[in-house]
Amino acid sequence: MEEKVIICNNLSKKFGDFVAVDKISFDVKKGEIFGFLGANGAGKTTAMRMLCGLSYPTSGEASVAGFNVYRQQQLIKRNIGYMSQKFSLYEDLTVLENIRFYGGVYGVPSQIIKSRSNDLVEKLGLQQEAKKKTGALPLGWKQKLAFSVAIFHQPKIVFLDEPTGGVDPVTRRQFWEMIYEAAASGITIFVTTHYMDEAEYCNRITIMVDGRIEALDTPQQLKAQFGANSIDDVFYQLARGAKRSES
Amino acid sequence: MKVLGYLLQKEFIQIFRDKSILAMMFVMPTVQLILIPLAMNFDVKNIDIVMVDNDHSSLSQQLISKIGASGYFRYVHAEPSYKKALSHIENGNADLAMEIPAGFERNLVREGIQKLSLSVDGINGTKAALGAAYLNAVIAGFNKTLSLNITGITQQTAAQPVIDITFSNWYNPLGEYKYYIVPGVLVLLLTLIGGFISALNIVKEQELGTIEQINVTPVKKWEFIVGKMVPFWVIGMIVFTLGLIVSWVVYGILPGGNIEVLYSFAAIYLIALLGFGLLISTYSDNQLQAMFIAYFFMLIFMLMSGLFTSVESMPAWARMIANLTPITHFIKVVRMIVLKGSGFADIRTEFIYMILFAVVLNGWAIWNYKKTN
Repeated sequence: MEEKVIICNNLSKKFGDFVAVDKISFDVKKGEIFGFLGANGAGKTTAMRMLCGLSYPTSGEASVAGFNVYRQQQLIKRNIGYMSQKFSLYEDLTVLENIRFYGGVYGVPSQIIKSRSNDLVEKLGLQQEAKKKTGALPLGWKQKLAFSVAIFHQPKIVFLDEPTGGVDPVTRRQFWEMIYEAAASGITIFVTTHYMDEAEYCNRITIMVDGRIEALDTPQQLKAQFGANSIDDVFYQLARGAKRSES
Repeated sequence: MKVLGYLLQKEFIQIFRDKSILAMMFVMPTVQLILIPLAMNFDVKNIDIVMVDNDHSSLSQQLISKIGASGYFRYVHAEPSYKKALSHIENGNADLAMEIPAGFERNLVREGIQKLSLSVDGINGTKAALGAAYLNAVIAGFNKTLSLNITGITQQTAAQPVIDITFSNWYNPLGEYKYYIVPGVLVLLLTLIGGFISALNIVKEQELGTIEQINVTPVKKWEFIVGKMVPFWVIGMIVFTLGLIVSWVVYGILPGGNIEVLYSFAAIYLIALLGFGLLISTYSDNQLQAMFIAYFFMLIFMLMSGLFTSVESMPAWARMIANLTPITHFIKVVRMIVLKGSGFADIRTEFIYMILFAVVLNGWAIWNYKKTN
């Protein structure tokens, strides 16, 4: 049996009367690229925040990398990487300073930080920009850098919250190549998106509508199940009934 | 501990990269410490006075010249009628109007009694009260010499018994205002700088979204808060040193007491103050909110700390609030050490107060900073 790195059972989050996430259940296997799809406001980010230990669930059970989301957030945080929708590295620090800082707070030894960050800068083609402030970088490069920083300490799982929002198609393609590379090195990828073409790159996807999981399978299976040509069609069939408005 | 090192390194890089903030932190207190004490002078001088002399006698002239010679008053006008003199007060050109009635000299010589009328502009309460008091003192002096002038040589030997009070100002012999105000302003500036930069800092990270990235790392809460605190503490101590140098160079004020005691008190005060700023930061959603909250407390701190008015003369409830603000104790201690030369034994109570403040405020800030909501 394959190792399960995320186990989620009837997980819910309520804000007052509003049920943001409604009893979702799923497992994620080690090394998998797990896509989390849904319209804006479907509850993707809320669900992800609970799994990252940023937010307490209202009810249900979940474990991430074998640790409980209610009590062992600190241990979870040691084993995951996270990249939020908004670029949240320090814009007034340089590329290298950001890498060193985050490597440092995750406890990567300073010798390894040094060698690994040189490799990274070279791989990203940022040699010229390594000593520039990250605020001056174009968005596509920022996102690639943010992803690289999120996996710099070689976590078991990396959570990506709409990592390619606002990025041009070429950079998106490169970004997904980086994701594949990380997955190949054994890092489990948990990614939310609302680009349906990206969903096809995932091993398995879930589609969230109004806080609930409406579908969960491989892209091929889902297309067959809904008799659709693309995930776009599948999503449209499911999301048409959504009650929550865009926002 | 290693993690803390990385946090500190990051904070210092960020602070020293922002040149305008850095300049503000060092130039602002220097300039203000030079300017404010010069303007904040509570000695009342140049009280504008209007005279109505209805007597035109030699005694009334004597009185007028005596008032002029006292150095506190400035003649604006001499008017023929009280009504006209009052119009100067109404226009705001004069603070005081004094009327010498007709028959001033005659009544004094013949009956030994004469009344003067004094009208004071009460809008500026301090100036009015002090002006009237000065004038009374001048007139009392005039009274004393009067008996000699009137009764003349005949009864010269029978000197009247007079209680003459002499007094001396301890710790500030010339009663100069700057000795009182400069240490207070120094504390105030340190408080403003420390309070605002710390209050705005964490909330700034929240606004930028960078705090979320920190919150998913295994950084511990206390590491994060201490990482924020230490750089500001260092800056605060530098500002404090700078302020002491300015008060020495510009005002010639050197701490009379133990400098180590002064510094250790300042060190603990800064920890308490920065804890308070960070606490505000953890309660605010954005920088504007933090700014207003900080401003609200800073105003209370400034006006109730005993910087301008004496804490002892406040009503009991106000005294309680004053004692609950850390700055009150620091101003008191700085004045004691700098002016009075007090040692550790004299300020032990204040020390204990301040350690309590530091522990409570920082503990509260760490408790209220939540990595998981």
